[in-house]
Amino acid sequence: MRFGHMLASVALGFATLASTGAKAVEIEYWQYVFDTRVKAMNQLIAKFQEANPDIKVKQTTFPYADYQTKVAAAILAGQGPDVVQLFYGWTDNFIAGKMIRPLRAEAFPAAEIERDFFPIVSAMKRGNDYYGLPTAVRSLALFYNKKAFKDAGLDPNNPPKNLDELVAAAEKTTKRDGSGNIVSAGLTLDMGGQDHHWWREVLIRQFGGAPYTDNDTKVAYNNEAGLKALTFYTDLQKKHKVGQAGFMDEGQAAFRAGLAAMTIDGTFRLGSFGTIKAFEWGVTELPANAQGQRSNYASYFANAITTKAEGEKLAAAEKFLKYVSSPEAMKVWMEVVGELPARRTAALTPENIAHPVYGPFLKGLEYAHTTQFKDEAAQRQVAIDMANRILIGGEDPKASLAKAAEAEQAILDRAKR
Amino acid sequence: MTAVAQREAASGGLWSRMSLGQKQVIWAWGFLAVPLVFYVVIRFWPTFQAFYLSVTDWTITKPAAFVGLENYKRLAADPLFWQVFRNTFLYLILGTPISLLISFVVAYYLDRVRFMHSLIRALYFLPFLTTAAAMAWVWRWFYQPVPIGVINDILASFGIPQQPFLRSTSQALPAVLAPAVWAGLGFQIIIFLAGLRAIPVTYYEAARIDGLSEGAILRKITLPLLKPTLVFLVVFSSIGFLRIFDQVYNINTNDPGGPLNSTKPLVLMIYQTAFSSYEMGYAAAQTVVLFLILLVISLVQLRLMRDR
Repeated sequence: MRFGHMLASVALGFATLASTGAKAVEIEYWQYVFDTRVKAMNQLIAKFQEANPDIKVKQTTFPYADYQTKVAAAILAGQGPDVVQLFYGWTDNFIAGKMIRPLRAEAFPAAEIERDFFPIVSAMKRGNDYYGLPTAVRSLALFYNKKAFKDAGLDPNNPPKNLDELVAAAEKTTKRDGSGNIVSAGLTLDMGGQDHHWWREVLIRQFGGAPYTDNDTKVAYNNEAGLKALTFYTDLQKKHKVGQAGFMDEGQAAFRAGLAAMTIDGTFRLGSFGTIKAFEWGVTELPANAQGQRSNYASYFANAITTKAEGEKLAAAEKFLKYVSSPEAMKVWMEVVGELPARRTAALTPENIAHPVYGPFLKGLEYAHTTQFKDEAAQRQVAIDMANRILIGGEDPKASLAKAAEAEQAILDRAKR
Repeated sequence: MTAVAQREAASGGLWSRMSLGQKQVIWAWGFLAVPLVFYVVIRFWPTFQAFYLSVTDWTITKPAAFVGLENYKRLAADPLFWQVFRNTFLYLILGTPISLLISFVVAYYLDRVRFMHSLIRALYFLPFLTTAAAMAWVWRWFYQPVPIGVINDILASFGIPQQPFLRSTSQALPAVLAPAVWAGLGFQIIIFLAGLRAIPVTYYEAARIDGLSEGAILRKITLPLLKPTLVFLVVFSSIGFLRIFDQVYNINTNDPGGPLNSTKPLVLMIYQTAFSSYEMGYAAAQTVVLFLILLVISLVQLRLMRDR
């Protein structure tokens, strides 16, 4: 009797296994290791599988440093993910390597994407095709140390609104020793951090120019506007002496240590700054220019469908991508990771806009630009060297700007071949 | 079945017909084959592949196409390459003599010290055991401007203006080199000590009886007899300085090899070309150049120091 039971249950088990095995489609999802991102994705996968019992999603993660190489190697070998997370700046590379496929217009109509998402999503568009969609986006804002503001006699609830006020506040909050060395900076200068984005997409535009033309393939800053933007930046150290490149090694380190009153950084820094106990800090939109013009730099990791996904896996991958870029998924992502939703309706809720920390970042998204990098590290290096030639080498800003434009154009041209 | 059995019997017969010496040789080669095969597959094969890659335009994502000597032409015309080339040799011609001189002096006197000899020797060896990355990070903070940089704090307390160190194109390379030299000292001192101990004491006794001065003993006995040690250390440390990477990369992670490429060695350029820009073909060409430099320098040094 008992044996009969056992036999029956085993048979039943086999039967269910067989039936689900025939029905369930397993797809693979890859992203890089970052604790909260993995946690958020696990929650999303659990919810997705609940709603779609015929699809199983397997998440695989890698350290960020190896991520791009591993994804490329795996997909080219016919292995790897069906849905993959990629930085928007890698899109050209991934398309050129035939690693990701365009989203089918029937499943993801362009008109709907453009209506619902923030305009920066256009960085995933090539021709008429979108190649991926983000769950969350990041933008920049000005972090300021409320205690330093109070100590300098400034109103901690009234941070600088434009560039002039920024310089004035920085001058007031800078502390120097007897020999004139900065011991606490007013504003951090760190081209290797987020300042190169600030210079490229914000300052150049605010001084009347544009960083690039022709879909970011032609450098356009080697002119009056670019020079003014660069001089404004280097003058912070050379003329106003409110900051110093290399002070405390990194801008974020100086701010964290309470040795810088202001720093420009992104949403991704919120986790790190959230643990600061020594002082209270605030966030405000990046300062406008004298005419009130604002700009911002936004970036994101998008999810794309790889060329490996075919047939029923492709259908499952599309379903999964739809889910992870749904308003519901964005809400989970914001709660767990702290990144801003990529859809307007999910992001611009009255509650979010009024939020003292998320608010300024969200406002920045409305007018943000997204640089279509060909080689982000190399292009960042161009900006670092440009500032260093002036700050260390004492070179004329005009000459340094021209050299930077030439070097960056060479990088952009090489990517085209 | 029978065929297999026959073959086994035949091979068994062959084996039993061999002399003990032959068997030993076969056994030795059997064991040696494992690391040899490993070496060929893991080391030599990729090396040959690098030669091939250097004449292609492979970028990981795009398939490789043959481009002839295009990468080498680009390298020769790249001002960054020549600066990096200069930096690499600066590391070598500053690093090798300075580190050898210091380690020899330390070893020479340490050899005479009996008091806490082992402890002192261990202290000198300690930096060699430290991870280069951790060390570079500590030195990176040493070099900071006031208020947190220790060196500048000391300078400032004496009223000396603070120095930019890592933020200067002229001071950065020596500043990066200092921890690298310091880290290598322990190893060189130990080797020098071993070399000094290997010189028979009778030579010194004879020289002293003959009334030779300490300086003359050093010049006529110690240094000539230390030559094998010296050759080994020169070659070893030269290769080390030519391949310097982790110290440079970690002391300035935000702008590796900076400022303005003034500390960038060839290996770092290769790394960035390959794993940041993904220009594998171009990076392979740089690797081939580095390989040739290392080969030539090692051969020249061995020849120069062995012949006389």
